[in-house]
Amino acid sequence: MSDLERAPSASCADAIRELDAFLDDELSDGARQHIHSHLDTCMDCLQAYDFQAELKAAIRRKCSDDEMPPGLLAKIEMCFNEDFDGDGIIGPTG
Amino acid sequence: MEFAPQLYSAALRMTRNQADAEDLVQETYLRGYRSFHTFRAGTNLRAWLFRILTNAYINKYRAKQRRPQETELGELEDLYLYRRLGSMESAAASLSAEDQFLDLFTDAEVKQALENLPEHFRLPVLLADVEGFSYKEIAEMLDIPIGTVMSRLHRGRKSMQRELYDYAEQRGLVESRPE
Repeated sequence: MSDLERAPSASCADAIRELDAFLDDELSDGARQHIHSHLDTCMDCLQAYDFQAELKAAIRRKCSDDEMPPGLLAKIEMCFNEDFDGDGIIGPTG
Repeated sequence: MEFAPQLYSAALRMTRNQADAEDLVQETYLRGYRSFHTFRAGTNLRAWLFRILTNAYINKYRAKQRRPQETELGELEDLYLYRRLGSMESAAASLSAEDQFLDLFTDAEVKQALENLPEHFRLPVLLADVEGFSYKEIAEMLDIPIGTVMSRLHRGRKSMQRELYDYAEQRGLVESRPE
């Protein structure tokens, strides 16, 4: 059992240290529960957590919407329909 | 083909160049097509394609360095941007009720902030925060230990927050407080 799970409840220092892992959903159930308990009683940490969660969501949102260049899909599909290595067989071989 | 737009976005963040990103996506589908017989039905096709993309990027475009540059000027503090919200209060006050504080940053700025990161930070942050992969998946894609993924994510995220804060300063959103 990790240090975090042995302690009766997490401290602010614990919460800040485990913030990344918590938001990445990488903590064990026990560790996550300890953080939850702390957040239930600590407004400071809760606000920090909320902000970091929003930041992560904003990064995902803002970095995902690039327009595919026109023709890229067609170029990709062509790969599957051509005998581009000249062996007389459609598509790549080997 | 449903993942093509996501793969293209990720390729753009990796290569920072539209032509290279297009090549990388084509390369990914080519390799995927060739090795599709190795894909186990019922497993995660998206992760499989992203693994191919990441691998293709590393093989073809990774800066030719013997060792990644791990030296930093200094450790940035945790909650780097959060702790500086106070200095952006006036800018935040101009937001409408529906807008989030982070809407102060344009899409272009956030993309640029990510692209400004050195590669050993940029790839983990991209794969975790934009693409949502687990530490384990990222460790496999980058062929590094999980501990290294966590460390680079932690430091990379702070670096990205500093990039964002720099943009805010450049745009005059940050008030300098008289001492």
